[in-house]
Amino acid sequence: MTGTPLDLQLLNLCAALLLLLSFAMLAQRRVVTLVSLLAIQGVLLFVATLLLAWRTGERHLYLSAALTLALKVLLLPWLLHRLIRRLQVYWDTEPLLNISGTMLVGLLVVIFAFGLAQPIAALASTATRSAIGIAVAVILLSFVTMITRRKAMSQVVGFLSMENGLFFGAMSATYGMPMIVEFGVALDVLVAVLVLGVFFFQIREQFDSLDLHHLESLKESSTSSKTTPPVSAQSGQEH
Amino acid sequence: MTLYIDSSLRACLTLIGLWALIGVAGLLRPMSVGFVGRMLFPLGALCGLALAVVAVTSLGAPPEQAVLKVGLPDLPMHVRRDALASFFLLLLGGSSAGISIFAAGYFRRGEGTAPGLLCLQYHLFLASMGFVLLADDAYAFMVAWETMAVSSYFLVTTQHALGEIRRAGFLYLLIAHVGAIAILLSFGVMQGGSWQFTFDAMRGAHLTPYWATAAFLLALFGFGAKAGLVPLHVWLPEAHPAAPSPVSALMSGAMLKVAVYGVLRATFDLLGKPEWWWGLVLLTIGLFSAVYGVAFAAVQTDMKRLLAWSSIENLGIIFAAVGLGIVFYGVGMDSLAALALIAALYHSLNHAFIKSLLFLGTGAVLHSTGERNLGRLGGLIHRMPWVAWLTLVGALAMAGLPPLNGFVSEWLLLQAFLFAHEVPRTFVNMILPIGAALVALSAALAAYVMVKFFGVIFLGQPRESALARARDAGVLERIGLTWLVLGCISLGLLPTYLIGALRIVVAQFSGAALPRTGAPWWLLAPLAHRQASYSAPIFLIALMSSVVLTVLLVRRLYHYRVRRAPAWDGGFGRLDARMQDTAEGFGQPIRHIFGALFAVKRDLPSAFDPSPRYRVFVSDRIWQWLYVPLGTLVQRTADTLTWVQQGRISAYLTYSFTTLIVLLALML
Repeated sequence: MTGTPLDLQLLNLCAALLLLLSFAMLAQRRVVTLVSLLAIQGVLLFVATLLLAWRTGERHLYLSAALTLALKVLLLPWLLHRLIRRLQVYWDTEPLLNISGTMLVGLLVVIFAFGLAQPIAALASTATRSAIGIAVAVILLSFVTMITRRKAMSQVVGFLSMENGLFFGAMSATYGMPMIVEFGVALDVLVAVLVLGVFFFQIREQFDSLDLHHLESLKESSTSSKTTPPVSAQSGQEH
Repeated sequence: MTLYIDSSLRACLTLIGLWALIGVAGLLRPMSVGFVGRMLFPLGALCGLALAVVAVTSLGAPPEQAVLKVGLPDLPMHVRRDALASFFLLLLGGSSAGISIFAAGYFRRGEGTAPGLLCLQYHLFLASMGFVLLADDAYAFMVAWETMAVSSYFLVTTQHALGEIRRAGFLYLLIAHVGAIAILLSFGVMQGGSWQFTFDAMRGAHLTPYWATAAFLLALFGFGAKAGLVPLHVWLPEAHPAAPSPVSALMSGAMLKVAVYGVLRATFDLLGKPEWWWGLVLLTIGLFSAVYGVAFAAVQTDMKRLLAWSSIENLGIIFAAVGLGIVFYGVGMDSLAALALIAALYHSLNHAFIKSLLFLGTGAVLHSTGERNLGRLGGLIHRMPWVAWLTLVGALAMAGLPPLNGFVSEWLLLQAFLFAHEVPRTFVNMILPIGAALVALSAALAAYVMVKFFGVIFLGQPRESALARARDAGVLERIGLTWLVLGCISLGLLPTYLIGALRIVVAQFSGAALPRTGAPWWLLAPLAHRQASYSAPIFLIALMSSVVLTVLLVRRLYHYRVRRAPAWDGGFGRLDARMQDTAEGFGQPIRHIFGALFAVKRDLPSAFDPSPRYRVFVSDRIWQWLYVPLGTLVQRTADTLTWVQQGRISAYLTYSFTTLIVLLALML
C-alpha cells in the first residue's frame, strides 16, 4: 500500500471495469445483453461521478451524477429495451470481423489510447489523471464496436457508449464539463436516441429488416454517362 | 453639369441600386406581365439612359474613390470610378436602355420563368455588371462578377423545361466558374505578398516579371472564358440561342465587354507596365478567334447561333486590338498604342449596339414566327417591315460598311496595323502585316455572314406557309430597335467626338496619348491626315447624292414607265421558295475553303431513294480535341474514386475512425 486513498482506488477500479465492459460490448452479439451492458456502464459512471464528487466536494458533480443515473441508467436503457421489444431484434447477425479478430484490434486500440493519453495525463492536475487513458480507450473501442456491427440497434448502443467514454474522459481530466455543456450533451443524446428510434421504424418499413447492408442499395450508381458533345453543338440541317 | 461631375460616382451607384430595387419590385406582382413589362422594364431603361448620361459627363473627370459601408465585417467594399469605368458604364447604360425597352414589350406569359422573377434576374444582372465596373477591390469585384454569372445563368435557363436549354446553361455556368477561379487566382498573385486585396494595393505591389506574367495569363484565361475567346468559346454558341433574345442581346452586347474591361483593368491598371509580348499572345488568340468565329458564323443555320459565332469573331477583333495596343505600348510607340486601344474601345461600343440590335431583331422574328432555323424563314421584309429595315442598319454596320459605325473601328484598327512599320522587333514586323490581312479577312467574311443573315431571313420568298401570318413588332420593341439604330448611325457619323473622348480615357488608364492632329470635326484622321483620313459625313453625302442621282436618272431615262414583272426570274418562268439559295448553300464555299476548321458529317442519300434527304452536320473540332478528352479524364478520375463511396455505414465509420487515429497520432 503506497498510501493511495480508498476512494481513489475505488475510482480506478471503476475505470478498469469500464474498460472491461467495453471489451465485453465488443464481444457481445446479443442486443439485449448489449443494452444491459450499457446500463451497467451507466451505473459505473454514476458511482465514479459520485465518488469524485465526494472527494472533491464539487457541488455540480452531484448534479451530474444524478443526471447520469436518471438518463444513462434508467431512461435510455428503458427506451432501448422498449425499442427492442417493438422491433423484435434480439440478435445481431455475424459481425463484419470475427470476435477474436475484433478483440485483437481492440487490444491495439487500447495500447494506442494509453500512448495518446500519456502527454495529456502529464498536463492534467486532477487526482484521476491515470483514468484518462481508459476514457480514450473506451471512446475508441466504442467506435470499433460501431464499425463492426451490422444492426442499427447495436450501432446506437456503440454511439451511447462512446458518449459515456467522453463523459468519463471529461470527468477525469477536468472534474467534469461545465453544467450547461453537460445538460446540452445529455439532451442531445436523448434526442438522438428518439430520432434514431423513429429512424429504425422507417428503415424496417422500407427493407423489412434493420440490417444496415440494405442501405448499400441507396448508393449512387457509378455507371454514369460518358461525355458527349451537346446535341446542339452540331449545327446540323437538312434540306 | 458640374453637379453630375462632382458626384458622378454616387450617381452611378444610385442608379445601379435603383436597378436592383426595380428587380426586387418585380417580386411584388410576379405573375403580372402588365406591371413588370409596362412599368418596371421601362423604368430600368430610364435608369440605363441616366447611367449613360452620367457616364458621358464624367468621362473626362478625374478618378474618384469611396468606401461603401456594406460588405463583410472588416471587409468593406471599395468603389472607384475612373475614365475606363465611365466608358464601359456608358456602353452598359446606352445599350441596356434600348434592350430594356425592347424587353418591356418582349416578355410574355407562359415562357418559362414568371415575369416578376425574370425582372429580378434581369435587373440584378444589369446591376452586377455595373458594379463590376465600379469595384475597387478583389472582394467586391468577385462578388459582383459571380452575381453577374449566376443571374445570367438563370436568365439563360428561362425556359428550363427543355433539357437542351438546361445543358446549355450548365455549360455556361461551368465555364463561367472555371474562369472565375482563374480571376480569383490572378488577384491572389497580384496582391504580391501584401495580402491587401484592394486594387490600390495591387497597383502598388511590385511583382517580379514571372509573377506578373502568371497574373496576366490567369487574368487572360479568366476574362477570356467570359469573353468567349477560342478555345474557351464553346458556351457562347450554346447559351445565346438558349436565352431569350433580350438576354442574348445583353450578354453579347454588354457582358462580353465587361470581360474586355477586366483585361484592360488587369493589364494596364493593376499590373502597371505590361510586357510587350503579352500583347503578342493576345493578338494571336484574338486573330485566331476572329477568323475561327467568322468561319463558323458563315456555316450556321440557326440565326441566333450565327450571331453568337459572330460575337466570338468581334471579341477576337477587340482582343487583337488590345493586344496590338500592348505590343506598341511595350515597345514604346505610344501614339500607335493609343490608336489601337481606341480602336478596341470603339469597337466594343459599336459591337454593343450592333449586336444588341441584331439579337433583338432575331428576337422579334422568333416571336412572330416561332422559328430560329434559317431554312424555314424568308421574305419577312414584307411582313415585318419595321424589324427588317432596322435590322438592315445593324447588318450593314456589322458588315463594316461606311458610313455606319462598324466601319470606323475596323478602319482605325487597320490604320494601327498599317502605320506600324518600324516596330523595333523584327519578328513583330513580320507578323503585323499578316495580322492586318487576317483582320481584313474577317471583316470581309463578316460582311458575307451578314448578307446571308439578312438575305435568308428577310429577302426572297417565305420558305414556309406559316410565315404569312408573321406580324411586325410592337411599339415598345420598335422603340428599342430604333434607339439602337440611332446609336449605330450617330457613332458612325460623328466618330471624331467619340475619339476625342476616348483619347482622354486611354490617356488616363494607360498613359499612352494620341497626338491631336487638328483635323476638323467632320474629318477623321487618326495620326496624320495626309496619310489616311475618312469623313463619314462627306461619304454619306456622296452616297445619298449618288442614290438620288441614280433614281432621278432612271426615272428620266425610263420616262416613269414602270413595268411590273416577277422578280428574279432570269428566263426561268416561275420561281418558288425551294429554288432560293439556302443558308447551307450560301455557306457551302466557306465550308470548303475553311474545311480544316470544321468537323463535317454528311449523310448523302442514295440515288434510288424515293424521298432523298441530304443532311450535313458541322461541329466544332475544338470540342472533340479539347473538351471530350478533358471530360473523359474527369469522368475516369471520378470513376476510380467512387470505390471510396461504399454505401456501407461501417465503411464510413471506418473512414472517420482512421482519420481520427491518424490525426491523434500526428498530435503525439
